[in-house]
Parts: sequence; C-alpha cells; structure tokens
Amino acid sequence: MSEFALLTLLIGALGLVALGIGGLVLSRNLFRVVLALALAEAGANLLLVLVGFRQSAWGAIAPIIESGRDAASLTPSMVDPIPQALVLTAIVIGVGVQALALSLAIRAYGAYGTLDMNALRARMETDIDSAAGTQPARCQHAPAGGRPLPPISAGARRADTPGTPA
Amino acid sequence: MLTRYGTLLFAAGFAFLLFVLFTSQPLGAPPMLAGQALLDEAATTVGAANIVTAVVLAYRGIDTLGELSILFAAATAVGLVLGSAHRTLGAGAPREPGGFILRAGVDFLFPLLLLVGFYIIVHGHLTPGGGFQGGVVLAAAFVLPVLARPTETLSHKAMARVEGLAGGVFILTGLGALAFDRAFLAPLLGPGQLGALLSAGTLPVLYLAVGLKVGAELASLLLRLSEDEADA
Repeated sequence: MSEFALLTLLIGALGLVALGIGGLVLSRNLFRVVLALALAEAGANLLLVLVGFRQSAWGAIAPIIESGRDAASLTPSMVDPIPQALVLTAIVIGVGVQALALSLAIRAYGAYGTLDMNALRARMETDIDSAAGTQPARCQHAPAGGRPLPPISAGARRADTPGTPA
Repeated sequence: MLTRYGTLLFAAGFAFLLFVLFTSQPLGAPPMLAGQALLDEAATTVGAANIVTAVVLAYRGIDTLGELSILFAAATAVGLVLGSAHRTLGAGAPREPGGFILRAGVDFLFPLLLLVGFYIIVHGHLTPGGGFQGGVVLAAAFVLPVLARPTETLSHKAMARVEGLAGGVFILTGLGALAFDRAFLAPLLGPGQLGALLSAGTLPVLYLAVGLKVGAELASLLLRLSEDEADA
C-alpha cells in the first residue's frame, strides 16, 4: 500500500472522528447524538487498526497463518494483531453503549413525546420544579422572588439606557 | 451561534492534533514490539492459526471476560430501563404477523443462519471470525422469526439461562487452568496441530462460550427494543 493510500485512510478516519464530535455537540435530536457517537467510535476504531499497519516488501497480510504455509515466513509481513484485538473489544462495548443510549432515548420519547434536547430539558425542568414545589429557575440577573423592580434613581435615568440601575 | 463555531473549531482542532500525532509516527512501521513478539510466538505456544484469536483469548483472556461482563451489564441495564413489568404484555397495538414472503424467507434463512453462525464460531481460531462475530449471526437467526411472527416471542428466561451457562463455562474453563498450576484462562491441552479444527487447546471451547453468550445477550437486547416499539 502506497504512502498516499495510507494518508487517505488516515484522513478518512480522522474525518469520521471530527464529524462524530461535531455531530455530538451540534445535533439537538437525541437519536442523532447516538448516531454521531457511533460515527466517532467508528473513526477511532479505524485509527486504531491503522496504527497496526505494517509496511513490508510483499504487502501486509492479516495475522492469520494459512494452512500449509510456513509460519516463520509469513509473520514478518503480518500486521500487528494487538490493535485488532483491542478494536474487537471496542466494537462490542460500543454496541452495548449504543443499545443502552437508544433504550434511554426510547424511554425519554415515551415520557415526553419528543427527542429534541431543548424541549426535553425544558419539560424535565418544569416536571422537576412542579415535583419539588419550587418556582422555575430563571436567569441569574432577574430580580429574585416576586419583588418589584427597585426604583431607578433620577441620576441614572437616561434616554439611551432605560432601566439601568444606579 | 458562537458555541456552534466554537464546537466546529474544537472538532477541527482535535482532528488536526490527531493528524499531526499520527503523521509524526512512522506510518506502516509500528514502533510497538509486543505485536511482533506475539506474531513470532503465538503459532507455537498457543497453536491458533488466527493470531488475533490467540491475543483475544489466550494473552488477554481476562480482558475478554471483562468485555463480556460489560456487555452483560449493558444488556441488564437495557432490560431495567425497558422492563415490561409495569405494563401487561400485548397492551399496545395488536401485533400482526409478517407477510408470506417474510415468513417463508425466515423459515428458509433460519437454519442457514444457524449453520453460518456456528461455523464462524467454531472456526474462530482458524479463519477470520470468532465468538463475537458468530454470536451476532446467531442473534440475527433468533430475532428474525420474531420479526416474522411477532406473537411468538422468545422467552427471556431461556435466553438468560443460555447466557448464564455460557458465562459459567467460560469462567470454569479459566478456573480449570488453575488446577494445572497455570494462570487463570491460560489455554490447556497443548497447542495441537496448527490449522486443525481441534487445535489451540481450550480456545475453541472458550470461543463457543463467548459466541453463545454474545448471541443470547444481543438477541434479548434486540427483542427488548422491538417489544418496546410494539407497545409504544
């Protein structure tokens, strides 16, 4: 495999990781978040496999000894088996993580009827507040409680900045 | 909007850092020495023609046990989250059987999938494949009939039994090595002849246990998801 092909594979795997991270943070739909996670994971796995690649005169081969071939003549051109074993582990664990994330998303959809993260958060906060019997939390800069706004002193009252406290 | 650009910048920067990190390494000539040592040694000491299998089961067997327990934990957690204890089964939309083509196709595919799954599992130490890959095929074989005939579901209890049995076989095989003054999960019975079906000692037994466990876990996972979909 040429240097160019290796570089292309590397860029492809890195692109998958970057796409996954971008999608993970940018998407608001829970299902897309799970998909982005799977994408980033696939990229990371490809990177790991690529680390184990070994350039050899006769081209790299999979670390499997074919029947009837001498093991000692094959091993110098075999790729590193350890990253492949690690990736096998990573794929299986990734399946478990995705299944758990999807089941949680299903439960959230069943409870709130939406997968949009902003809507979910708003509804969850309303639920928590009503269960706790408290007022919904507001912006930090909003006046606390139900008190009326403090009177604005005449010196601070200007036409361009209405409502600026003294 | 600013967070969006910040995120994009972060993702691009992260990719760039990884790129620099990888290109600064000698591509195609891994600096790790362990891989070459395993390649030289695995054929004679373990006897598995597939060296990845030798790494997964003989050299890092306890890691595989940990991996199986993580998968088990995930399957249990999905059962906990989607548990159907609080609702009567079949309370949702009535489940209609699949069409004729789906049913006939499933009847045709089921034995073939079983055959392929077990073939991949028992040849895990010789060819590409093994317990995890074959287990997924087995899970597909058992989920397909449920898709075609949703009224006849598989019992979770039976799958839990298969899973527990397979996990027990895996651990007992590992403990058996202790009786011969070997490390936990060390392959027994000698390497045998390289490339023969009965070779690599206890590795095929371990991979069979892994295959059954993964198949049962994945099948019960998929069935939980499909049950919930039918009820929603």
